[in-house]
Amino acid sequence: MSSWINLSAIWRIVVVGLLAGAGLPALVAVGLRALSPRAAGSSTATGSGTAAGSGTVTAGENPAGVTVAVLCFTVVLAAIGYGIYLIVAGGH
Amino acid sequence: MGNDVIIVIVVVTALAFDFTNGFHDTGNAMATSIATGALGPRTAVAISGVLNLVGAFLSLSVAATIASGLVETSLVTPTVVFAGLAGAIIWNLLTWLLGIPSSSSHALIGGVIGSTLAAAGSHAVEWQGVVSKVIIPAAISPVVAGLIAATGTYLVYRISRNTSEGVRGHGFRYAQIGSASMVSLAHGTNDAQKTMGIITLALIANGSLPANAEAPFWVILSAALAISLGTYLGGWRVIRTLGKGLVEIEAPQGMAAESASAAVILLSSHFGYSLSTTHVATGSIMGSGLARNGAEVRWRVAGRMASAWLFTLPAAGVVGAGSFALAHAAGGTAGVLVDLALLVAVAAVVYVRSRATKVSAANVNTEWTGSVSPASPSPAAAGV
Repeated sequence: MSSWINLSAIWRIVVVGLLAGAGLPALVAVGLRALSPRAAGSSTATGSGTAAGSGTVTAGENPAGVTVAVLCFTVVLAAIGYGIYLIVAGGH
Repeated sequence: MGNDVIIVIVVVTALAFDFTNGFHDTGNAMATSIATGALGPRTAVAISGVLNLVGAFLSLSVAATIASGLVETSLVTPTVVFAGLAGAIIWNLLTWLLGIPSSSSHALIGGVIGSTLAAAGSHAVEWQGVVSKVIIPAAISPVVAGLIAATGTYLVYRISRNTSEGVRGHGFRYAQIGSASMVSLAHGTNDAQKTMGIITLALIANGSLPANAEAPFWVILSAALAISLGTYLGGWRVIRTLGKGLVEIEAPQGMAAESASAAVILLSSHFGYSLSTTHVATGSIMGSGLARNGAEVRWRVAGRMASAWLFTLPAAGVVGAGSFALAHAAGGTAGVLVDLALLVAVAAVVYVRSRATKVSAANVNTEWTGSVSPASPSPAAAGV
């Protein structure tokens, strides 16, 4: 059976795939949420004044959010960079 | 040394296949970005073309003999390779005409297996290799990709529930450009290698290269250019099916789908699985559609696609076997020329038919009305 189907490889593709393929998009979403005006603090205000454009202003007032966002995006970019490195290094 | 005329025809035909591989698969990377408006259609295919070119050069270490482990390579002649390529090209063109995202890799493998069967009989095909390296991965990979994409989509939508519309709209579009680029890169590292492998196989069979030789630089360069040009041409028909036909796609969803595709393609080639980027991308898009509340998955389109997948190997195989039989009957160089004339004729017919229901950069995003042909044809359209 093992010569027909490489279960351990498939298993690893699923796990690492979930981390990279689903985890990284989730991290992007966390980062964007942190940049969003309503992210930190009270999330009760279903603001009437939160039109597009006010995002950057509020984010600027919210250094914690920006820090979280930068952290998230850095991790994502680093993971992509590592992925490209693996291709170039020729792990095939 | 073998026959110079035949080997030149084989190389040119292989590059032609590579070209169809390019435009058949542009949609795998770029369909969702085009559908969500993250990238303009022309920009998208340009980026994808360049990244395919880069990707083709990135992993030169791949011993890209696609046929090894599938057929007894010592029994393969340049004519066998040519007949296999003819089968693959014809299947690619027909599915493109119908706007069906079928696997170019399967078309190539099917064509070569078919022509090998016709040339040397059943013992020349390593059936266990075919099952374990082609059929099982083809069955599993779309499911795995779909699972990952569904998980990603669910997480992304859950996390970004309270994210403001402005940040969300912009942010995910940018992210989507990144993820789509990764798929293009992955495609270049994967699919361009397959053509390099097939040309190298033909050169070895012809005696132009020693056995176990690696792809010469001119092969790498020409294969990279052919796939990248094909990608740049943009297979608008397939892009339309993937971007508009299969599911309704939003930017966060597209990003999740592409991330899943890129991860699965790169990981599996890392583990030595050469799988179809088309199967992976389609599985991802389906998965992302299933996971988002309110996204419509068009099962009829999906079913049509799945049945095309089932037919890809045998159909390309039958054409491959047929063209070998024809070339063999006519004999030698003349036989290959007869095949070539037929191949060109089929390509011309498909091209003419495609003009009647033209899909292009201008109308690729028109509302889906049940078929790949947009309801109102756009007159000022250019491209494929």
